[in-house]
Amino acid sequence: MRRLFLFLMLLAALAPQPVRGEDETAVRDAFATLAAGNLDAMEPAIGVIARSGVAWAEPVLRALLDGRLLARQADRALFLRTPEGTVLEAESGTPAAVEARTLRPVRINNRLRRALEAALGSLTLASPDRAVRLAAAEKLFTRPDLSALEPLERALAREADGAVREAFARARAAILVEHGPPAARAEAASLLASAASPAVLGKLQAAKRALPADADPALAEALDAAVARVETRLRLLEFAQTFFQGLSLGSVLLLAAIGLAVTFGVMGVINMAHGEMVMLGAYATWAVQEAFRAFLPGALDWSLLAALPAAFLLAGAAGWAIERSVISRLYGRPLETLLATFGISLVLQQAVRLGIGATNREVVTPSWMSGLVEPVPGLALTMNRVVIVLFALAVFLLLVALIRGTRLGLEIRAVTQNRRMAETMGIRTPRVDALTFALGSGIAGIGGVALAQIDNVSPNLGQAYIVDSFIVVVFGGVGNLWGTFLGAMTLGVVNKLLEPVAGAVLGKILVLVALILFIQRRPQGLFALRGRAAEA
Amino acid sequence: MNGIALSRRWLLAGAAALALWTGPVAAADTIKVGILHSLSGTMAISETTLKDVMLMLIEEQNKKGGLLGKKLEPVVVDPASNWPLFAEKARELLSKDKVAAVFGCWTSVSRKSVLPVFEELNGILFYPVQYEGEESSRNVFYTGAAPNQQAIPAVDYLMQQEKVERWVLAGTDYVYPRTTNKILEAYLKSKGVKPEDIMINYTPFGHSDWQTIVAEIKKFGSAGKKTAVVSTINGDANVPFYKELANQGIKATDIPVVAFSVGEEELAGLDTAPLVGHLAAWNYFMSVDTPENKEFIEKWHAFIKDPKRVTNDPMEAHYIGFNMWVKAVEKAGTTDPDAVIDAMIGIAVPNLSGGYSAMMPNHHITKPVLIGEIQADGQFSIVWQTPGLVVGDEWSDYLEGSKDLIADWRPPMRCGNFNVKTGKCGGS
Repeated sequence: MRRLFLFLMLLAALAPQPVRGEDETAVRDAFATLAAGNLDAMEPAIGVIARSGVAWAEPVLRALLDGRLLARQADRALFLRTPEGTVLEAESGTPAAVEARTLRPVRINNRLRRALEAALGSLTLASPDRAVRLAAAEKLFTRPDLSALEPLERALAREADGAVREAFARARAAILVEHGPPAARAEAASLLASAASPAVLGKLQAAKRALPADADPALAEALDAAVARVETRLRLLEFAQTFFQGLSLGSVLLLAAIGLAVTFGVMGVINMAHGEMVMLGAYATWAVQEAFRAFLPGALDWSLLAALPAAFLLAGAAGWAIERSVISRLYGRPLETLLATFGISLVLQQAVRLGIGATNREVVTPSWMSGLVEPVPGLALTMNRVVIVLFALAVFLLLVALIRGTRLGLEIRAVTQNRRMAETMGIRTPRVDALTFALGSGIAGIGGVALAQIDNVSPNLGQAYIVDSFIVVVFGGVGNLWGTFLGAMTLGVVNKLLEPVAGAVLGKILVLVALILFIQRRPQGLFALRGRAAEA
Repeated sequence: MNGIALSRRWLLAGAAALALWTGPVAAADTIKVGILHSLSGTMAISETTLKDVMLMLIEEQNKKGGLLGKKLEPVVVDPASNWPLFAEKARELLSKDKVAAVFGCWTSVSRKSVLPVFEELNGILFYPVQYEGEESSRNVFYTGAAPNQQAIPAVDYLMQQEKVERWVLAGTDYVYPRTTNKILEAYLKSKGVKPEDIMINYTPFGHSDWQTIVAEIKKFGSAGKKTAVVSTINGDANVPFYKELANQGIKATDIPVVAFSVGEEELAGLDTAPLVGHLAAWNYFMSVDTPENKEFIEKWHAFIKDPKRVTNDPMEAHYIGFNMWVKAVEKAGTTDPDAVIDAMIGIAVPNLSGGYSAMMPNHHITKPVLIGEIQADGQFSIVWQTPGLVVGDEWSDYLEGSKDLIADWRPPMRCGNFNVKTGKCGGS
């Protein structure tokens, strides 16, 4: 949509339009300044171009913001590169035959980026694209600029779309509360206060600070009331946000630990290489993404879905091989199992380090997982976390269904509860062991797909989660999937509630101490298995 | 047929064994150079590259005919990101392999761990990473940045160019960020920043859940004053931190983050499109436009056989340090540590940003300071640089107890912590 719009704007730029007489030299100078690349001189130049009203102002400024404005070194002529990659002459918009080698992008810094965003904000208020208008309003809201008030009011008067009108009105209030006449300020403050966000609070406080000492007391009061209203709402929202962050941390822990809940919890194998199964899953995600990049670049956004089965199979196969080759020979000898799997974990890490490289691999966040969602105004949740919470729930429920409702699940439960009885009933326990282990490892691999979205894809990925995973499983109660679920969520929420108070380092220590005390009092964890299995 | 193939294989194996056997004998006419970088464990992600760049530099030097008529022989050991093992491996390099110099270490804690070994056995260590200062040893040459060559100019840039008034100092919880932040806090207060406008936050190594902290930064930054984050977050924790910044929609135009431990190598694991405009302060960027840098990148790509690999600041530090060592050995005419240590001071070699870096009497070097903004292609665009070279200041001028100290390893002073107030060597 945005590309199409840009293209339309470029088409519009193709039509020759006269530069307004009085500004002509100033605009030419400003144009030359952009090409010269002196960062300090560029800010006023951007203002001149934005106000000039010439047709090429918007595409040129946008190209500058996106790093697509090019200057020829020899004569400082300016060119545009369209998002599709063709090079146009900046002023006329006609395709230019220039050697790409002689062109250098015009560099900008953050200060210019802000100036450009403000300039484009008022320029794009009249855009036919609703999303562009909304974005323009948003920009003006974060960077209120008195010079934008007039175009904004004009845009507000002709706007038909409700949501855009609201955004325009909010942007207008943000400008008025700081720069407007005293009468307009109180009204603007109360309009702003209806939307609770830290940005609004900051604006109101700044407006309060900027108030001269001899200002109308009624206005000061109105500002104070608005600040208080926003603060109360923000406290509530903040609590909701912290709770969500806890759930999201909990689901990350759940994804890392749920495979372990199968291998350690259900089978009783201490698998120190569990973290490496997570890592393999993350690398599978990366490999699938690279394959998509090479063969199906259009569907790159969906490579994550294709990575799920790949990660499951890769980690599952690795788990199966480990079980068959090492662990099956060590049943009943937990210490040896621990040491052997620790060795395997080191071998896997170093194998990845030597085979793929020690440096991080880039896994892109698909567009449907980036950005924020606002279920309630003011409560901004990051999209990737929301997806991960839902994903963790889905994986967990699927696993529960599999253990409860399938033949394999039945066999797993039978072997767990009474191995010898199951054997006498004709269940091939070695096969069930291998499959259970592969299942646990495969699920760890699936966890790796999600973790690749928020953490490093590096050989050390697994190490970071192995201790947490064991804590979750032990805390939740060995052998109980629901215990693992509740354990992960409790740890996540407690951790996040503590973090703002105690800090990240101390918070973690406090949680660990509390856990040690809890396990002392209740060694079987939150949920204990009852009956014969508990003694086995 | 089979028999012949088999016997040929045996012959090869025998030849290989013979070659191994004659290795130590032939070593008499080579000069050994120790490489002490972690190739496994958490730090392997950063340090493996430095091992590779050292191998490349040594290979280059050998192509030019070696040093003092002898070939250089690299001795690579793996301290495995294990701090005590760094000391053991350093001892092995110095007393068993008898290396002429060691290039190594990344974290300050590894440097502190090997320091007594180098002082006891009189070895030479080249340390290529930016660090917190507050140290100067006769046996160590610090080719990375001291705080005044990275942190302070970066803060100055934000104050002047971005008009920042409110500061978040976020770091990983260990000695480098803590000392750097202490220096920065003192510096900011000396510039009139109020204590309530400074927020300091520490997180554990490898911290991966940044939701709370990023939300706090967002809140801290929405108080109506221009806010910036100064990040001394180290290693693996950076990727989730930047991912969370991008997800929570913190843009560089609102709250810029300037990082001291994020270079091209760290960005290689990230989608940088949402991070455009966030800053880093270094003494070198891969995007530096000089013929020396172009040549270095070409050589690196040819050596590593991967045209996509990036170069970064610690690699340049090793490039400078290695060339300085070569020059000092040529000047001294021997690899004897005492002679080389004395010859080092005053040696100047070209750096990759178009100037010369010189070894100062305090065993730190002169460097330009560059501020770069992250670009969508994972490179930095240089937006500011110091007009000249900055001399590394080992004892910070902003900390009590360290501002009266200087280091000067020239005779007659030969002291790493000379107190100018009491006129005595030996600290405060």
